[in-house]
Amino acid sequence: MHDVLIVGGGGAGLRAAIAVAEADPRLDVAVVSKVYPMRSHTVSAEGGAAAVVKPNDSFEDHCYDTISGGDWLCDQDAVEAFVDEAPRELIQLEHWGCPWSRDPDGSIAVRPFGGMKLERTWFAADKTGFHMLHTLYQTALKYEAPTWYDEWFVTSLLVDGGRCQGVVAVEQATGRVQAILAKAVILTTGGCGKVFPYTTNANIKTGDGMALAFRAGVPLKDMEFIQYHPTGLPFTGILITEAARGEGGWLLNKDGYRYLQDYDLGTPESQPVKRSMELGPRDRLSQAFVKEMEKGRTIETEHGAVVHLDIRHLGEKTIDAKIPFVRELCLKYEKLDPVEELIPVRPVVHYMMGGVHTDLQGATTLPGLYAAGEVACVSINGANRLGSNSLTELLVFGARAGRAAAEHARSEAGPSAALLAQALDEERRLRKSLLEKTEGSERVAALRREMQGALEAGAGIYRDAAGLEASAAKIQELRERFAGVALDDHSLTFNTELTACLELENMLELASAIIESGLERRESRGAHQRTDHPERDDERYLSHSLAYREGEARPRIELLPVSVTRWPPGQRTYGR
Amino acid sequence: MNDTVTLEVFRYRPEEAEEPTFERFRVPARRQWMILDALNHVKDDLDGSLSFRWACRMGVCGSCGMTVNGKPVLTCATYLSDAASSRDPVRIEPLHGFPVVRDLIGDIRDFIAKLKRVKAWIVRDDEKPLSEGAYLQTPAELARYKQYSMCINCMLCYAACPIYPLEPEFIGPAAIALAQRYNLDSRDAGAEQRMDVLSRDDGIWSCTFVGECSVVCPKNVDPAGAIQRYKLQATADWFKSLLMPWRGR
Repeated sequence: MHDVLIVGGGGAGLRAAIAVAEADPRLDVAVVSKVYPMRSHTVSAEGGAAAVVKPNDSFEDHCYDTISGGDWLCDQDAVEAFVDEAPRELIQLEHWGCPWSRDPDGSIAVRPFGGMKLERTWFAADKTGFHMLHTLYQTALKYEAPTWYDEWFVTSLLVDGGRCQGVVAVEQATGRVQAILAKAVILTTGGCGKVFPYTTNANIKTGDGMALAFRAGVPLKDMEFIQYHPTGLPFTGILITEAARGEGGWLLNKDGYRYLQDYDLGTPESQPVKRSMELGPRDRLSQAFVKEMEKGRTIETEHGAVVHLDIRHLGEKTIDAKIPFVRELCLKYEKLDPVEELIPVRPVVHYMMGGVHTDLQGATTLPGLYAAGEVACVSINGANRLGSNSLTELLVFGARAGRAAAEHARSEAGPSAALLAQALDEERRLRKSLLEKTEGSERVAALRREMQGALEAGAGIYRDAAGLEASAAKIQELRERFAGVALDDHSLTFNTELTACLELENMLELASAIIESGLERRESRGAHQRTDHPERDDERYLSHSLAYREGEARPRIELLPVSVTRWPPGQRTYGR
Repeated sequence: MNDTVTLEVFRYRPEEAEEPTFERFRVPARRQWMILDALNHVKDDLDGSLSFRWACRMGVCGSCGMTVNGKPVLTCATYLSDAASSRDPVRIEPLHGFPVVRDLIGDIRDFIAKLKRVKAWIVRDDEKPLSEGAYLQTPAELARYKQYSMCINCMLCYAACPIYPLEPEFIGPAAIALAQRYNLDSRDAGAEQRMDVLSRDDGIWSCTFVGECSVVCPKNVDPAGAIQRYKLQATADWFKSLLMPWRGR
């Protein structure tokens, strides 16, 4: 039994664990992760983490960039807290050893990034997430306190008396199903890009934490807002960092033309201009790609339409110094050298602006349950996230949730033994419906592919009611067919098919929340574009969507007004 | 090139059989497939019970190390066609040197424990308050340890090391390279504490400088170089303590 249990060992989870250990070394903190923490998807983040650090930059500017970048769907009190604490968190990480890239005088270097008026993105070459994650993991190891449940998969939350009091988890190596009791639980399980077929995300991004909260009655907020990163490699979906554009890269159509100038994003200059052209926000750049494709100006390849990212003019020296990983990835996965050749890229699903509804401390509507990082929606990202805000978000809200959970745990009585019965029920369910079942007509991978196809078709960059309805019906069908799944693997020893099946069950829940939220929002804002409702409608929809689970039926959607403090809704303008 | 490639895959299901077996699977010979894509094809469409670890598929998480045609590689970064052209059927086994849990999955808890032992974190006697900002570190100071900070913990180096299977107490290449990463970081003051751990028999002195670890490292960390530099350092420190015993260590 623990005081604080953290589900997910990525950047947010590790930061929360350290925050708990520092708040009170006597607190019993544990981290449960379905993979070893250094495998968490934070590791793949490349470009950087934003915080105000240069003397010509300001709190107001970072706030305004974030809020306008989010098309005014961000909660401004949350953005203010985030921007205020960001520099301190990045300095703390530096003290813990993070190898931030430096200016010649030894001070922190910053680079320009999409949608940001000034340079404020701290970076560690172009492996920022990797270095942040390893710094956090290695720092966390220095504390005696944490118990590490490495490669344990959480299947449900333990809820009793209206409070979250722990989890039920499977120890993957042995198949043992166990209740892990805790006075407070923090979800830091990341996003759910694998709901879509083409994504920068790793295999493990299946939204488990979002589903756990959803099934426990906690609403999921703004699920319709899916970020497509403009530059993913065509076959693999591997991320080519925005930093390539921050350093001066260009996006070209099949005529070698910098097409973004046709989409109210400014005029092309030889040097990158902030908040303009290739440094516009991700939603607008991904939308421009779709328009170019409709005009027949993209390049056809065996893996679909692409445009070209041109970084040749940066020169080998700059590329090797500032974006070496980009070069490595192109050489390995596309067999081309971007020093001399154009990189084929296209938008791929990258990030969930939406997630578990929390307040500014990371508390959810279920007492004892907290969430931070991509799994959560505070919301600081609103309808579209600016690049390099999310790595900082892990630290700011991971720390906040850790402190809040620690505070809660100190005042809580221990969980009740009655909860152990819930674990036995869960074990029975897993055995009967999955492990011991030999008859079934459905396969995990086949259902998963159908789900991904339905999301891509109906909930892509541009949506309409008909497409969303068709996808909603398909997802309902898949949820029913899921009962007919039979596994090939009946083993208890590291059964990864069982894990994949549970992940699919989670993703089907989230798919229905995404589509239903998209249907409810009859406007276009940020990353949610409805061709049948192309204008932004602040009168009806300056609000978050809240999706509530309704058993086997489609989720119910309510609206929650956005919190506006200093920045009344305005026009998003880039390039002028 | 043929239309298909045959994989010969190590299977170990302890509930079914005490001994491991090899099982063959025929997979499409797709030009852009890595070994990992072929394994996923097997799992998705041929035999869902094949178990292996993977996550990022872009060579940065360190999950997918396996032995392919006798060599430790990242399966997400090794082309199926390259492996097939050197040996068909392509033989896929778990990483050598680690106890096998199931199929292609090895037990790596020993490595995690070693990360703790070498104190792979910043050690300082005094901390500057955060309000005073970041420590200064010039690009040259960063360059001193940068290479050793690139380790993705994939453990290909442990699999390649001839000592590790014979002497499992050996702290090993990645852990020692990580210790060096902190020793050489201008912000760290923990070299002495790490010396106590590293200069024991199960530390650097188990290494006989075969160098295979650096050959197989997919991130050019050069752990062999880290260990050899460290041996020089440890020896120099030992001489100094002999010749000048009054110097505080």
